[in-house]
Amino acid sequence: MSEPSRERIFARLKSAVSTSAAPVAQPEPLPKVEFDYQEKIEKLKTLMQAMRTEVHITREQDWLSLLQDILKQRQIKSLLYGPRTPIGAALQQKWQDSADGLPELVPYDVEVEEIKERVFNVDAGITSTMGGIAETGALILWSSKEEPRLMSLVPPTHIAVLRADKIYNSLLEVMQKENWSANMPTNAFLISGPSKTADIELVLAFGVHGPKELIVLVIDN
Amino acid sequence: MRNYPEKPDRVYYFGTCLADMFYPEAGMAGIKLIQQQGVKVIFPSQQTCCGQPAYNSGFPAEARAVARKQIDIFYKDCPIVVPSGSCAGMMRHHYPQLFENDPAIADIKKFSERIYELSEFLVNVLNIQLEDQGDPVKVTWHSSCHAMREMKVTEDSKSLIRQLKNVELIDLENEYECCGFGGTFAVKQPQLSGVMVNDKVDYIKQSGATRVLSGDCGCLMNISGAMDYRHEQIAGQHLAEFIWERINGQSSNS
Amino acid sequence: MANHQTVDFEKNISRALNDAQLRKNFKFAMGNFVVRRRTIFPDAIETEKLRATGNAIKKRALSKLPQLLEQLEKKCTQNGIRVHWAETTDEANQLVLKIMQDHNATRMVKGKSMVSEEMHLNKFLQAHGVEALESDLGEFIVQLNNETPSHIIVPAIHKNKDQIARIFNEKLPDTPYTEDVQELNAIARKTLRQKFYEADVGLSGVNFAVAETGTLFLVENEGNGRMCTTVPPVHIALMGLEKVVEKLEDIPPMMRLLIGSATGQLITTYMNMITSPRKAGEKDGPREVHLIILDNGRSKIYTDEQRRQTLQCIRCGTCLNHCPVYTRIGGHAYGFIYPGPIGKILNPQVEGLEAAGVLATASSLCNACQEVCPVKIPIPELLRRIRNESYGNDSPNTMQGQGYKRNWLAVITWKAWSIVNTHSWVNAAGLKILTTPGLKPPRIGPVKIWTRYRTAPEFARQSLHELVKQNGVDNE
Repeated sequence: MSEPSRERIFARLKSAVSTSAAPVAQPEPLPKVEFDYQEKIEKLKTLMQAMRTEVHITREQDWLSLLQDILKQRQIKSLLYGPRTPIGAALQQKWQDSADGLPELVPYDVEVEEIKERVFNVDAGITSTMGGIAETGALILWSSKEEPRLMSLVPPTHIAVLRADKIYNSLLEVMQKENWSANMPTNAFLISGPSKTADIELVLAFGVHGPKELIVLVIDN
Repeated sequence: MRNYPEKPDRVYYFGTCLADMFYPEAGMAGIKLIQQQGVKVIFPSQQTCCGQPAYNSGFPAEARAVARKQIDIFYKDCPIVVPSGSCAGMMRHHYPQLFENDPAIADIKKFSERIYELSEFLVNVLNIQLEDQGDPVKVTWHSSCHAMREMKVTEDSKSLIRQLKNVELIDLENEYECCGFGGTFAVKQPQLSGVMVNDKVDYIKQSGATRVLSGDCGCLMNISGAMDYRHEQIAGQHLAEFIWERINGQSSNS
Repeated sequence: MANHQTVDFEKNISRALNDAQLRKNFKFAMGNFVVRRRTIFPDAIETEKLRATGNAIKKRALSKLPQLLEQLEKKCTQNGIRVHWAETTDEANQLVLKIMQDHNATRMVKGKSMVSEEMHLNKFLQAHGVEALESDLGEFIVQLNNETPSHIIVPAIHKNKDQIARIFNEKLPDTPYTEDVQELNAIARKTLRQKFYEADVGLSGVNFAVAETGTLFLVENEGNGRMCTTVPPVHIALMGLEKVVEKLEDIPPMMRLLIGSATGQLITTYMNMITSPRKAGEKDGPREVHLIILDNGRSKIYTDEQRRQTLQCIRCGTCLNHCPVYTRIGGHAYGFIYPGPIGKILNPQVEGLEAAGVLATASSLCNACQEVCPVKIPIPELLRRIRNESYGNDSPNTMQGQGYKRNWLAVITWKAWSIVNTHSWVNAAGLKILTTPGLKPPRIGPVKIWTRYRTAPEFARQSLHELVKQNGVDNE
């Protein structure tokens, strides 16, 4: 298809003779960042809040009630979630106990083509996270069969559950510790706040194409 | 950070072609400042130009011919002091590039190592102490792009001015921005150059200074010429000349 | 010279300099970016180390470019991403069109891609009945107004909110006039949401492609990039072949540099890492992902070791922000897709010297760009190279259009200059004449140009050479 072009391009690239045989300088490693457990939570919280994220520090036994309060407060009517995840199971359990004033749980466990309109019309989506990054204040999400990608993108409100012990110091650290190079998912992404733009006269405006609101529940035990 | 030598007993002085033609008093003032510190100054009479105009315009062969001449003339192993950040930058940072493939590159690099801009030499090698005999005056400082970014001597220049107790030094707004001289740029892109120098003059006016000082004759020619054209009541002067006048109690000429 | 140009650079400059609003907008915006950069890179020493790291990473990648591109292709293909190669922008456009046609697609949503601008993709697709809608807010605005972006990072920076309000009001159906930025934003969100929903194909650029894992990295703040690369069933990613880096570990420093330099942030809202299309069992994401790798002159640039440094560029836009020329004329005046300092060295190498060589004259070589470039491209050095080749060059590796500016006057002038300055007695004689009291240089040529804005400098009564002799200075 583009074979002849490919050949010509590579022919030119390979013909380039390097006159300087000097080895390329080794880059200096980035300054190492090391925060302790508490500092990581604080750093992440501060940085994400500066990007207008709502951050709640909570505990394993409290997060569901906190979530329900948040949902009721915002009068969220529908909540997209992945049923085959631990938090999905927890939600289903909790909603069974009492669903008064709570949004409808909308499971996202079929292909998007079958549920697209619903996905584009729910009020909020809730996802787990793979972890967080303290140095820059970000959540790490990996796409999976159980938690489709659009959940954290399309609904105007995104609620993310983050375990405090999964907060890493830096992006480099998580790449190395979790051996990302051996196994990248279909789609991995970092999120540092609700969507924004400054394209009009450099005036900051939130809630462009991604979620207008990002709420993070940090489970600290 | 550059390693500076001990105070030498003699130095070479590279006057620069612009000082030669338009600001000889400034060039001479630099020499006198060095001599006053007990250092002998040698001014090789065959010197002409550092070669920068040709180099920047895209004529490196011609620049090399002229550069080589200067390198040959300043052959003794002693510091070469230059009253211009632009020319000093050319000889210190660009000669090694210009002569990259030359068999004599090792010697040329040694030549480049001996280049000092006037301010940095006065401050870091001679540790000059200045006694201000002049009347109070408000000045502002303009750094040439090369003095600032290549030779990195802006703070040295300012520190000399700050030694003069009756001189108030006001910082220019947007001081990092080029004045628009750029050698042939002023002639190749006159509109752009004109706008840049006029903006610079506006900032100088805003500063409230009555005098703008610079370590580079190219910038001076440019800025003074524009101020003159606009009939502004502000004078432009080379730092060396200003300092010489102040420590000798001479009133500054407009 | 004028015959070869399709762009009247001088006229563009004139127009831009006389546009008070344009100057005001750019002065404000560029000043803002300069401050932001200083704020996000506060420690001069650490910043220098970081820049050296960026330079080393890019140099390493470029030193192995063919191997890394092969590795990237292999990995991507293994992961299900289809890799295509385009030597020219025409080929790239055809590749995009073919993918559209294979899917009977007529609606495309686009994320920001400078390569797609280089291709003039939107116009091409439009001519073939395909709607290619920009989704980045700045690009969306300029597209509505039938313009090209004026800045790499903030495409609509030349527009004020009242102008944008008018554009939305006039060009979007059922849209009231409002200058409120939040409301303008909401209008864009609503309009584009429908388009994301309906699009057949999503197109994006690529900030970095990691050869080690075959992963495409994209950063953004708005979320439109993720929309384009996740909602439609087909995703096409466009990249210049110089965008490949070797390892995942190269990413954190490169991102710190790119994001800090481009927007003055520590991190963007989203960092998107795409390694494959939708896998079995996954519920969303595109079923097909295509990566089109564009050459368009880059492989030719690559063959010259000095000019190869141009390919280190990560398209951050910071050189634009710090350039005293760009800040005064804005992006459109350059007449080519890439403006500012990077444009001045890239466009002549891609389009040829006759078409774009004149851009290299619009620089005072102040070095502000080089001082801030996150990957330390020696832009002034490359400008000199381009100027040199404009007049003619003896090196074996010349650029297209080399020597287009060679003329007798220039050659003679510099030859004469070099004779005067290598023969000190000629120089001395010349000075003697010039310093004749009362002698005024005639107002022709350079003097005439100079005196449009300044008074002519006066030759001193005595040259420095003479003063030195008079003062008894040892003059060897």
